[in-house]
Amino acid sequence: MLTSDNAFSTALTLILSMDSALISIVMLSLQVSLMAVLIASLIALPLGAALALWRFPGRNVVIVALNALMGLPPVVAGLCVYLLLSRAGPLGEWGLLFTPTAMVIAQVILVLPIIAALTRQQVEALHGEYAEQLNSLGLTRLRMIPTLLWDARFGLLTVILAGFGRASAEVGAVMIVGGNIDGVTRVMTTSIVLETSKGNLPMALGLGIILLALVTMINAIAHIIGETAKRRLG
Amino acid sequence: MNAHHTPPVATLELDSVSFIHRGHTLLSPTSMRLAGCQRTLIMGPNGAGKSLLMRLAHGLLTPSSGSVRWQGVQPAQAMVFQRPVLLRRSALDNLTYVLAINKVARPELKALPRKTQAMSALEKFGLAHLAKRPARVLSGGEQQRLALARAWLLNPQVLFLDEPTSALDPAAIKAVEDAVLEFHHSGTRIVMTTHDLHQAHRLANDVVFLHNGELLEHTPARDFFTAPTSPEAGAFIRGELVW
Repeated sequence: MLTSDNAFSTALTLILSMDSALISIVMLSLQVSLMAVLIASLIALPLGAALALWRFPGRNVVIVALNALMGLPPVVAGLCVYLLLSRAGPLGEWGLLFTPTAMVIAQVILVLPIIAALTRQQVEALHGEYAEQLNSLGLTRLRMIPTLLWDARFGLLTVILAGFGRASAEVGAVMIVGGNIDGVTRVMTTSIVLETSKGNLPMALGLGIILLALVTMINAIAHIIGETAKRRLG
Repeated sequence: MNAHHTPPVATLELDSVSFIHRGHTLLSPTSMRLAGCQRTLIMGPNGAGKSLLMRLAHGLLTPSSGSVRWQGVQPAQAMVFQRPVLLRRSALDNLTYVLAINKVARPELKALPRKTQAMSALEKFGLAHLAKRPARVLSGGEQQRLALARAWLLNPQVLFLDEPTSALDPAAIKAVEDAVLEFHHSGTRIVMTTHDLHQAHRLANDVVFLHNGELLEHTPARDFFTAPTSPEAGAFIRGELVW
């Protein structure tokens, strides 16, 4: 019978035994999610800032669409990527389906709207404060983007963490495009699903505890970096 | 200092400039000519349109009608705001920032690295010891001096100041006024708004008086203070409430 006791002891045993299968699963999870967040940030931060600065017809539609996409179900994102990358799909010849690259692509699609939409809000608020000064200095909107992104950096750190939270927690997309192949595309969340369906609940819960600990650790590191920098720079 | 070497400041001409926002006329058609290297003070009660007129002149706002034109080459301009807008960086980085984005430099500093230029501006405005402090934790007076140091580095031919001392204590006000005179001495034209009569007395060569979005007077300071032509300006100088 499952008790929290044997879940914790399973988690502890897993960590202490340094099981190589577990380590590779953990590393792949981190690699996929961090890479997805990195790529999504590189696109979404300037995109969100541009959306904050430019006025064009249909802008509100774009903003609403972006906000709505924050709630995109991971399985739907996974399905779309699956259709694109499957043998018969338009990008089928790339042969990416059931690879970690496909998982990164799917997670980028999930994370990008979150980072872009929240960046838009943060940058728009900051621009309200800076606009006159930056206009007086003769900055074009294009050149305001790096300035505003840098000055909003503490808020944006939280935005990026929200994106990371989404990536590390989702299972639907990586399951569909990765396939949960042992040693190739198996990550923490897909393992948890597998162990649960096998009835190995202590193992599933143990993996869950490890995942939670990892996410907590990354958030703690980001928080400490942010707070230290904030105290130093005001 | 180098007042002899700086070229004469271009003349700014506002021709029937008005500003209408959501059906409300905030500035009636106004014509104004700002010539020579003067210290022009724009005066009037709150809501008269002082800041608006200045923003139109500086080009931050586009007039609803009329034109804002510089005769000849548009001069280098800078503006200091009532509440200084400082970036979330150190005092020094706020200055190196403008040097990096604007390709201008004061002629006497031109040959120096950006950081040295920025430090010399901090020293000039008594802020050198605060170089590494975050700009936004500085006191109100220090922040306004930093904004002036930033404007100084831009080497403007025209400096706009919008109520730069309204939130400051007397010592900080003195520092800002000294800086304004220093700018003017080095060949920068001054355009400044204030509602403080004493300050206008100390600084103005000529006075533009606004009331309810209308320009009522533009006269040499001496004439304005001794013989204002409009009853509103007379009342304003006597310290009566004008509406």
